[in-house]
Amino acid sequence: MSTSATLLLLADSRFPTGAHAHSAGIEASHAHGDVCGVADLVEFLDGRLLTTAPVEAAFAAAATTSAPDLHELDHQLAIRTPSPRLRAVSRTLGRQLVRPAERAWPSSKYAALRAVHPDGPMQPVALGVVAGAAGLTPFDAALCSLHHLVGAATSAAIRLLGLDPFDVHAIAARLGPRLDALASVAAQQAASLQPEDLPATNSMLADILAEHHATWEVRLFAS
Amino acid sequence: MPPEHNPDQPHHPGDGHTHGHHDGLPDDTLWAFGSPGARPLRIGIGGPVGSGKTALVAALCRLLADSVSIVVVTNDIFTTEDAEALRRMAVLDDHRIAAVETGACPHTAIRDDISANLDAVEKLEAANERVELTLLESGGDNLTAIFSRALVDRQIFVIDVAGGDKVPRKGGPGVTTADLLVINKIDLAPLVHADLAVMDRDAQARRGSLPIAFTSLTEPDGAALVADWVRAQLAAWHGVASA
Repeated sequence: MSTSATLLLLADSRFPTGAHAHSAGIEASHAHGDVCGVADLVEFLDGRLLTTAPVEAAFAAAATTSAPDLHELDHQLAIRTPSPRLRAVSRTLGRQLVRPAERAWPSSKYAALRAVHPDGPMQPVALGVVAGAAGLTPFDAALCSLHHLVGAATSAAIRLLGLDPFDVHAIAARLGPRLDALASVAAQQAASLQPEDLPATNSMLADILAEHHATWEVRLFAS
Repeated sequence: MPPEHNPDQPHHPGDGHTHGHHDGLPDDTLWAFGSPGARPLRIGIGGPVGSGKTALVAALCRLLADSVSIVVVTNDIFTTEDAEALRRMAVLDDHRIAAVETGACPHTAIRDDISANLDAVEKLEAANERVELTLLESGGDNLTAIFSRALVDRQIFVIDVAGGDKVPRKGGPGVTTADLLVINKIDLAPLVHADLAVMDRDAQARRGSLPIAFTSLTEPDGAALVADWVRAQLAAWHGVASA
């Protein structure tokens, strides 16, 4: 585990990647009646941390290692993402992460990343490569991925539901040790497993709701 | 009533008075960013909800699209409503319009975190041949909104008379620094007890020599002054490359 200003910068929601327009599924879950208060938000995050979050963290960590097969990592993550909408969102966010990162942390690593897919790399793969270019570790990339998920969901819940921001950030703080532990697992998996053997837990409802959400006529968040 | 002109004949921002206060763009506001002429001129259109941004974009397309190759990116807070409206009005072909969703923060998407908009602008410019002008309409927002200079080359801020004649005095970066301030819906001034002279005086006090256009976009030629200003910006932008 490294503690550095670079990690804080990459983790900062103000780093301009366009992620502020996404709710990590909170808007769709709210409309479905699943997330209406602070207690629901805790359950929502618990669900994500048991399903999609460890997958994304593992792929971010794997893409940070010294010589990753980015094409294979991207492919393996795409086939773990059943919703076409969520794949498109991930590639958009991946593409949008590369732009500021290339300016912030110049590196030859981005050429291979740009070649991964015409619509852009899946976001966790991009995050891993960026973390590597910035001199961060696989653990850092995984932690960043988990932190971004919690941040996107909590921020969207505050904006959509008017929840008490102090309560919501207390929830995020309590999750801290769990995120640290999950990031350690992700880093170990990245070091020891082939891309096809990385975790594949997913949340079917999240995928289904994301497809629904994309058809709404009126919505506050892009996903 | 504004001292120098009749409000029935709104200011012409490029009316030839090169040293007066409503001139064309002063040279020192040409941004160092970007290379003029090497790519389309990008103009941002910002302003509060309901002030007439979409109406202005539609009117500019109607007035300019015959002679200028235009693409438009809209930002909506909740929907793709503005892009759909432009498509319904058929002011441009569908492939020249794209919508960006900006989450809960329309100003963030044009100022702090321009990634999604830059992405959309570049895609649209690449997908259409020889684009000369890119219009980027912000989602309706408050007076603190301003476009990043990395996203647009010029910006127009649109406020309206019905929002109250105090708005220019309240200032904010849009009112104060936009390359053109459009004060729309002047036809409503008597109905909402707004004093155009007060708005003109306060806007001049905020903006110094930067131009102001009083408009009524619902009238047939309501956007003519703004279209003239855009033509002048286009000539300056594309002219630099061939100079």
